[in-house]
Amino acid sequence: MSNTMKTLTRRQLLSQSAALGASFAIGAGFVAGRAEAENWAMEVDHLAPGTMAVLIQMARDIYPHDQVADRFYALAVKGYDTAEAAPAIEAGVAMLNEAAKATGHSGYLDIGWERDRVAVLRGIEDSAFFQQVRGGLVTGLYNQKAVWPIFGYEGESYSEGGYLYRGFDDINWL
Amino acid sequence: MTAPFDLTDDGVVVIIGTGAGGGVLANELAQKGVSVVALEAGGRYLPDDYINDEWASFGQLAWTDPRTTSGDWRVAKDFSGLPAWIVKAVGGTTTHWAGASLRFQDHEWKAKTTYGEVAGANLLDWPIDPREMDDYYTKAEDKLGVTRTNGRAGLPGNNNFKVFEKGARALGYEEVHTGRMAINSAENDGRMACQQTGFCFQGCKWGAKWSSAYTDIPRGEATGNLEVRENCHAARILHDDDGKVTGVEYFDADGNLQLQKARVVCVAGNSFESPRLLLNSASSMFPDGLANSSGQVGRNYMRHTTGSVYAVFDQPVRMWRGTTMAGIIQDEARHDPSRGFVGGYELETLSLGLPFMAAFLDPGAWGREFTTALDHYENMAGMWIVGEDMPQETNRVTLNSDVKDANGLPVVNVHFDDHANDIAMRDHAYKQGVAIYDAVGATRVFPTPPYPSTHNLGTNRMSANAQDGVVNAHGQSHDIANLFVSDGSQFTTGASENPTLTIVALAIRQADFIAAEMGRQNI
Repeated sequence: MSNTMKTLTRRQLLSQSAALGASFAIGAGFVAGRAEAENWAMEVDHLAPGTMAVLIQMARDIYPHDQVADRFYALAVKGYDTAEAAPAIEAGVAMLNEAAKATGHSGYLDIGWERDRVAVLRGIEDSAFFQQVRGGLVTGLYNQKAVWPIFGYEGESYSEGGYLYRGFDDINWL
Repeated sequence: MTAPFDLTDDGVVVIIGTGAGGGVLANELAQKGVSVVALEAGGRYLPDDYINDEWASFGQLAWTDPRTTSGDWRVAKDFSGLPAWIVKAVGGTTTHWAGASLRFQDHEWKAKTTYGEVAGANLLDWPIDPREMDDYYTKAEDKLGVTRTNGRAGLPGNNNFKVFEKGARALGYEEVHTGRMAINSAENDGRMACQQTGFCFQGCKWGAKWSSAYTDIPRGEATGNLEVRENCHAARILHDDDGKVTGVEYFDADGNLQLQKARVVCVAGNSFESPRLLLNSASSMFPDGLANSSGQVGRNYMRHTTGSVYAVFDQPVRMWRGTTMAGIIQDEARHDPSRGFVGGYELETLSLGLPFMAAFLDPGAWGREFTTALDHYENMAGMWIVGEDMPQETNRVTLNSDVKDANGLPVVNVHFDDHANDIAMRDHAYKQGVAIYDAVGATRVFPTPPYPSTHNLGTNRMSANAQDGVVNAHGQSHDIANLFVSDGSQFTTGASENPTLTIVALAIRQADFIAAEMGRQNI
């Protein structure tokens, strides 16, 4: 997180927070994990903080891995916080919130159950916005080296001499 | 003359591409004293440069110049701009290939005779007797150091193989082993043994896998008879009023157009770029492109009937550890129409890292059905299907003048529709693959759609008669005696085997022919 997340402490940020989403603290210019255990916060420069919070939840709903913390999803969509990308993302999230309102909620983050959020996403899955976010996540999420160990994936082994003497054939349950 | 050669030197053989076909041909000719200029569109990367990280390596090596797609194959939907996963670098796709090195079965050289008429298929026999290939296959196996051939030991089996093997035995399969691989099981030819590192597709950092990039190419260069020009993209083949080719125009590393004179031109840019170059070389004498009096240039595109089967188990497999494709079941490679299709298929172990698994397991899928599969990535095993697909005239590489590359040249559109035989074979293979893993206690299986093509074949096919194909039995174009095709695009049919060994064997054979014909002053 260190390269892309600012170093403001979560406590500093939470002291400024104005609105709470389903999972996130949303303040002026930042989104943060709400739970004390989730020690992360991300400043946003071009997207509204509430937009970034929706984007993070949307990312999790598209590729839900319960063992993967929010901060990885936040990092996966951080790249949309640019002057160039922001307008289309703001419009897309506005569309998503409208779709959520049509189901009787105040917005996407107001929907409590994943299955109900997924139903809203299914309704917009052919949109360029959805496909942009989903497509970006394929690399944005799964190509984070910090995520790999959560799935047991070991990445490169050349620096350790390969697996010839480190378990390439160690399967013991067959 | 010794390399480097002058642009005006019209005694050189110009080879376009330096992979399994072009790279081997370049060295074989250089060893015989023939002067060769090899034009390579990509840069030069060696084992120290290879990156054991899937996306980073893809960025380094893959051919990502624009292409377009059409047809009912799923690649056209999921990867519309990336019909093939092949390499743009010195050594071509021999940097990326898995190393599986199988001889064709005898009957596969004679597909039309063996299979008979197949509706919608444009089948043809190769104009080569399988016995002619025996010695060339042996030479190719020795060049590549293929395991389980000519006295070389097999590779040890990794975890992914052990799961695959146990399931295969449970189903009664008998031809099951760790493959005939161009990956050293012991130190060989100055290159070390496989260290079971994985990342075979990203370039072997140990050099244990054969690639022309660090074998044939430097050996050819060491003779003084081979000059490799990197980052040089061939644009057009020129000819004289007699209809003989005279040279190759290319964009050099700085984007400047150059003209290399030539005595002979050999096209080896893989099955998209080779027909593209012939088509882009159209002239008033050859308005449909060079070597295209038959109208077959670009047609009969084959990509093997592929697909993968992944399975999740209740305990770890860690399939990514070790040699990626050292595992094969050959029992289904036979021709046995009682299965509902002609031709056969191989099953080979395969693994992808987590990043590529996310991209390729079920492209476009999302939600928990997809993510719960990845949650058990550590417990996954995987295999790949490689089967003979039917040549169809309408499966075709054409120029797309609406899209231009960085040099302003029209790109190719790749059109592919599955033949009914392809679908029947794939369905059979999925069923067998699933049964193999079920026999070992799989808790969930994934019949996975084909990836962007790695085996690209047939777009300048070999034929006995000039009206049926583009080149003769030596890869020499029917129309122009000093123009050759030297890559997998000359394949008449695809057979069920991974094509590289046959491409290499044909290149060795073609070098003998070209050198002899030059000596006789026939070309």
